[in-house]
Amino acid sequence: MKVIYTDALVIGAGLAGLRVATGIKDRGHDVIVLSLIPPKRSHSAAAQGGMQASLANSAKGQGDNEDVHFADTVKGSDWGCDQDVARMFVNTAPKAIRELANWGVPWNRVRKGKREAVINAEKVTITENEKAHGLITSRDFGGTKKWRTCYVSDGTGHSMLYVMSDRSIKQEIEIHERIEATALIHDGERCSGCIARNLITGELIAYIAKATTIATGGYGRIYKVSTNAIISEGIGTAIALETGIAALGNMEAVQFHPTAIVPAGILTTEGCRGDGGVLLDVDGYRFMPDYEPDKKELASRDVVSRRMTEHIRKGKGVKSRYGDHLWLDITILGRKHVEKNLREVFEICKYFLGIDAAKDWIPVRPTQHYSMGGIKTCYTGESPTLKGLWSAGEAACWDMHGFNRLGGNSVAETVVAGMLVAEYISEDLEKNNNVSISTALIEKFYNAEKEKIDQLLNGNGTESAFELRDAMETIMMDKVGIFRNGDDLIDAVNELEELYKRSKNIKVSYNSSASNPELVTAYRVQKMLKLALCVALGAEQRIESRGAHAREDYPERNDRDWLKRTLATWDSDDATLPKLDYEPLDIMKMEMPPGSRGYGKDNIWHHPDTAKREKEIEEIKSNMPNADRFEIQKALLDYPLPNKYKGKNERLIEPLS
Amino acid sequence: MSEEKGRLLKIKILRYDPKVKGSIPEVKTYRVKEAPGMTLFIVLNEIREKQEPSLQYDFVCRAGICGSCGMIINGRPSLACRTSTKSLPVEIRLTPLPVFELIGDLSVNTGKWMRRMSERLETWVHDKEKEIDFSKIEEKMDPDKAEEIYELDRCVECGCCVAGCGTIRMKEDFVGAVGLNKIARFEVDPRDNRTHDDFYELIGDENGVFGCMSLMGCEDVCPKDLPLQHKIAYIRRKLVALKNK
Ligand SMILES: Cc1cc2nc3c(=O)[nH]c(=O)nc-3n(C[C@H](O)[C@H](O)[C@H](O)COP(=O)(O)OP(=O)(O)OC[C@H]3O[C@@H](n4cnc5c(N)ncnc54)[C@H](O)[C@@H]3O)c2cc1C
Repeated sequence: MKVIYTDALVIGAGLAGLRVATGIKDRGHDVIVLSLIPPKRSHSAAAQGGMQASLANSAKGQGDNEDVHFADTVKGSDWGCDQDVARMFVNTAPKAIRELANWGVPWNRVRKGKREAVINAEKVTITENEKAHGLITSRDFGGTKKWRTCYVSDGTGHSMLYVMSDRSIKQEIEIHERIEATALIHDGERCSGCIARNLITGELIAYIAKATTIATGGYGRIYKVSTNAIISEGIGTAIALETGIAALGNMEAVQFHPTAIVPAGILTTEGCRGDGGVLLDVDGYRFMPDYEPDKKELASRDVVSRRMTEHIRKGKGVKSRYGDHLWLDITILGRKHVEKNLREVFEICKYFLGIDAAKDWIPVRPTQHYSMGGIKTCYTGESPTLKGLWSAGEAACWDMHGFNRLGGNSVAETVVAGMLVAEYISEDLEKNNNVSISTALIEKFYNAEKEKIDQLLNGNGTESAFELRDAMETIMMDKVGIFRNGDDLIDAVNELEELYKRSKNIKVSYNSSASNPELVTAYRVQKMLKLALCVALGAEQRIESRGAHAREDYPERNDRDWLKRTLATWDSDDATLPKLDYEPLDIMKMEMPPGSRGYGKDNIWHHPDTAKREKEIEEIKSNMPNADRFEIQKALLDYPLPNKYKGKNERLIEPLS
Repeated sequence: MSEEKGRLLKIKILRYDPKVKGSIPEVKTYRVKEAPGMTLFIVLNEIREKQEPSLQYDFVCRAGICGSCGMIINGRPSLACRTSTKSLPVEIRLTPLPVFELIGDLSVNTGKWMRRMSERLETWVHDKEKEIDFSKIEEKMDPDKAEEIYELDRCVECGCCVAGCGTIRMKEDFVGAVGLNKIARFEVDPRDNRTHDDFYELIGDENGVFGCMSLMGCEDVCPKDLPLQHKIAYIRRKLVALKNK
């Protein structure tokens, strides 16, 4: 049995994992990072559009600050987020982006003077402040009041990930590539590392650590068509679930992005619409203003995706052999802009559609895109139920996105959470230095993994892993999609449960225990089915509509009964369904009590506490007539932050003395 | 999207797993019915799922962004995920990228090679490690400069340029166009304090910028259309002065 010891283990080498690892190493602890692939190939590299941080440098960002970013984030989440965490996030995002600028990310900069832009399908002239020349600029994104999304052309994630990865090389962080964590080691109270499999040799390795962080990204690939990388299969999330102790939060909260190309499902960034692109129907008609006269194409993602689906259902989609789609038109932005600022989009259209995006319309359709749900953590990033287990990035339900995440808030979350969680882990390592773990416990988990693999290779199963995966993806797509209803969801749960039972009887036809893609699919599909069940059952039980979770049979948001987070656990190996519990969100502690998001007509069942808290907030404010925005904010919500990151953020109009 | 007639593609794959005792390299042929919009990503998955479950290859983003799926396609290093079958003849020959350690079939260990390159060339901004207060407004940068850096920052480390490089066949330790492009990227970055002398230390020899024989193999195959030869020539001009000093 190969055993490797370290202070901190980080599973996942995307933006979140690497930022956690570098932070811990900076504090002088040993850290090992595991990754399925070379770090720079992680899915973070695919983020095109940008990162939100309220720098307020660009003309259209004037007046932005943490408070505006906070309000957008909470509204965007349909009040499902944790407001403490959202506050921690918005205060740290400007620091995160400035840190990355210092480390080498070539953020696009403000250019003083007049420039042309397209807003609401019209050419306008924007004049940039001379003082801001050379500072980090920003573009418009959906669901934000100000232009807040900072970017590097449309390769933002790529540049961020390369800088983070090169920084981890500089810090001599050990990264074990092509190693897959397949089980967490724990004693029911504390997590002590994981069992991992070398994807080249098939060797099993026990990694023992005082702190284990899961930063494995989202679980989009339980759906048939997804913008996610094919490795976004949620295995890290699943191994946390399989402990039976750690809970997954809000798994039913799954975001669909309005504009992925048809049929490949590859994303064209929200920056297309942010920069002025519009959506057209079969008649070439711009339909979004009819539905959302105010924000139009730049309403929140969940809203635009639903409006598009509604419009297609009215027969206004463009027919194709791959089903109906709509058009994204960015030709109005001009060739220069498309080829430079939206180059990835241009390339994707060229290679995958054979079209010229500067001249042709792009066939698009809403497609699975982001996993708001994940491993439930408290604000420190640690699981509240399984000590020593931490999570950050898309894998986590930290929970700043609630039921819908804003574009640009995700890569921002990865680095911000990375910075903060690294501090909390380091503090914990410094306090709990002598955590011991018995060899018997390691052996128990090691042998269990070995047996599972033996069973798949040599057992007398009959099921095909590829077929089961295919069936799961189709069910999720057809029955747990953008619009949901009770009947379909019940069917989905039953069918998935059946598939899950069948997955215990998989036979792998290629019998090598070394690199064996079929074997990998086999053990992953067993785990993915558990996640799919958490999503489907969570969606079936939640009889309201909130953010990306839209029930046709329960179209109203119901704060009275459903202002709570779903917590899913998987009790035992014999279980075939997750267990769901609920954790209420306390309105009386909210800085921003639930209100309207301002889309369509209001359809909310209010909670009695909402009015109470609103009144209380009014009183608090009226008792502080001379207070500034920071003092008022603190009086409403006094949120935690590591000392290192507590400082105010400087802006041109808010100089630090 | 045009309607291809559905040719019967003949996919010839060089198969070899060095970990399997007694395994010898052999070309195996698979037949796949062409479908509209088909890419090699779709072809290879279909072969794995329906004909050859042991087939090894690497895809991650499948959108031409992450650089995982470099392979030799009918003699030319390219990204498989964004290569459409329509652009190829009926017979498609796939072999793994040379130079890199072979994992099995079409899967090679570019990660290991690239990490060594990064360590060797120290591909990060070298500053004075001054304590920066990130609460303060960021340092300014000329907007054109930022765009110039990004132009060179777009490399996805796919390894195609290395596979297409004539020099590296003769000089195993040659840093390749990917490495020289990194130097060019940090050379234009005002945040990096390294001088030309420092860069000379790293690449001022036959394994670096003076090793390139300008065969152009790299630039021809770069999937991101990076101006590799131009940049190599630029760096060489800058450093040649130091060489003759
Ligand atoms: C096409 C696309 C465009 C996007 N654009 C934007 C954008 O413009 N702005 C924005 O804010 N967000 C964007 N997002 C979302 C954002 O990119 C992701 O949410 C974010 O990058 C996730 O980062 P991460 O570090 O959490 O995970 P990832 O980057 O997905 O990294 C996961 C890591 O975990 C490893 N891993 C997984 N499982 C295991 C295992 N079992 N064992 C070991 N290692 C494992 C992988 O190897 C990988 O290194 C986009 C997403 C997509 C799909």
